[in-house]
Amino acid sequence: MTSADRWLLPDGIEEVLPPQARRIEQLRRRLLDLLDNCGYDLVIPPALEYLDSLLTGVGKDLDLRTFKVTDQLSGRLMGLSADTTPQVARIDAHSLAPEGISRLSYCRTVFHAKASSLLASRTPTQIGAELYGEAGVGADVEIISLMLTLLESAGVQQVHLDLGHVGVFRALAAKAGISAEQQRELFDLLKLKCATDLEAWAAREIQDAALAEAFALLIRLQGDRQKLDAAISRMAELVPETSAELAHIQQVAEQLAQRFPQTSLYFDLTELRGYNYHTGLVFAAYIPGYGDAIAQGGRYDETGAVFGRARPATGFSADLKVLARFGTYQAEAKQTVVAPNDNDPALWQLIAQLREQGKRVLVPLNDDAIRADLYLKKLDGQWQLVEA
Amino acid sequence: MTQPLTIALSKGRILDDTLPLLAEAGIHPAEDIHKSRKLIFDTNHDHIKLVVIRATDVPTYVEYGAADLGVAGKDVLMEYDSNNLCEPLDLNIATCRLMTAAIKDAVMPQGRLKVATKFVNTAKRYFAEQGRQVDIIKLYGGMELAPIMGLADMIVDIVDTGNTLKANGLEARDLIAPISSRLVAGRAAMKVKHAQIQPIIDQMAAAVERQRQAKA
Repeated sequence: MTSADRWLLPDGIEEVLPPQARRIEQLRRRLLDLLDNCGYDLVIPPALEYLDSLLTGVGKDLDLRTFKVTDQLSGRLMGLSADTTPQVARIDAHSLAPEGISRLSYCRTVFHAKASSLLASRTPTQIGAELYGEAGVGADVEIISLMLTLLESAGVQQVHLDLGHVGVFRALAAKAGISAEQQRELFDLLKLKCATDLEAWAAREIQDAALAEAFALLIRLQGDRQKLDAAISRMAELVPETSAELAHIQQVAEQLAQRFPQTSLYFDLTELRGYNYHTGLVFAAYIPGYGDAIAQGGRYDETGAVFGRARPATGFSADLKVLARFGTYQAEAKQTVVAPNDNDPALWQLIAQLREQGKRVLVPLNDDAIRADLYLKKLDGQWQLVEA
Repeated sequence: MTQPLTIALSKGRILDDTLPLLAEAGIHPAEDIHKSRKLIFDTNHDHIKLVVIRATDVPTYVEYGAADLGVAGKDVLMEYDSNNLCEPLDLNIATCRLMTAAIKDAVMPQGRLKVATKFVNTAKRYFAEQGRQVDIIKLYGGMELAPIMGLADMIVDIVDTGNTLKANGLEARDLIAPISSRLVAGRAAMKVKHAQIQPIIDQMAAAVERQRQAKA
């Protein structure tokens, strides 16, 4: 290593400098206060824990994304947390194990051995909330409303909300009895969203005419929700097993449209991100000019089972640093007060008071070049604030 | 509200075949792309811009969201392999095949093959699916030379007429994938700008279908 590259940080790992760091920290406090005011209790899961517990019931993606180290005390493998949700699910199922509903929130740095996308940091500051114990439309509406409120509070504008439901695909797959190999092909086709390829696939692979039409129709179920009514009714007709899921997503959308008239609402039933893990409604918020979701989440009812208790669960998360980058939120400006280097106890009492009130008070050292808004000066035997 | 829309086009042969399809979707560049050294072009729509870049850069621009739509060959897209790109339409232009090739009648050695290609990920995936462990040698062009010079036992490359292979004493062996150019869209753009993108997809799809029928 030459001295020239000793300062280099690893790929995808960044440091945050003033004044940006202050802005991010103030945003963090603001958003955590908001979550608290919405009734969500803060938890602080460990940054490091046994791999068995971190990676239960999650997909291969998260396994690849997790940094691993050996615990020298037990010889077991530990992982640096790459996603907070499974940990919070463990806390809910095992550590807290409350009766009824629980609402939990968190904000902490997670570590990614491999960035989740081209745009993502390898040390995102994940902020989010989880709601356990309720499977109905109400819980989905509550958690999505919370996400939208949080984005608004961070000053993120022109939010497009994308709603999907992995249950629709599951119902289709179960009815068609597709093989693992077919499922993999379907996943790739749905990811690419190519209507003609999917139609060709359905015509080739699915014998039952109604089911083949349903698979081909699935890819049309994306876009403005108002324009999809006919296609959704047709899907429910073709495969009645999907009608409960389709009704669920429509009810959620209806309520959200009333609460947030400014937010554009899209349906995308081809959305299968986190399919291994999600069990129901999934959602994501997008903004113009950013190639990835700015916040996302969904329902994962099965996860608690491996920790002793399966509970209905839904939640969302976002990267605080991305919210700070795309949000218009500005940290409050503070007044800077310069005090003389004087050991008068009355002065120090006043300095302590001013700092309590949220002013920045400094006693300059020799070479300090502080831009002061106010000065502390002794006038008529009294310490007073004087305009610069 | 009309949001700005940027379409990234691949230079060269793909561009020549793409422009008529775009024209069918009502998008015309404001000047002749072939006669200009510019990289970014206005169109007859105020909010739509075209950028003309190397084919391999198209998925990168689209994934970052710097461009909303793009046109790129399936060979490039297979190699790029991203979770954040959609391919809503097969344009059925610039068709060719991605194949393995070797010196005519050459017998492959036992053990690990040396494979020269610019499609490193695709080649690795293909041979792994065949149950073969191979050593990949990344080259940027002139693949046919590698087996002749003893650098590789086999190559993975795009084959159109097969004339270049033949002229160098090589023969095409196995088909990895049929290739054509695709319309690509960023995952986020597909959602955020759906109202603008979907009509373009539909019109281009209709144009592709007309061309298919004209050929048949």
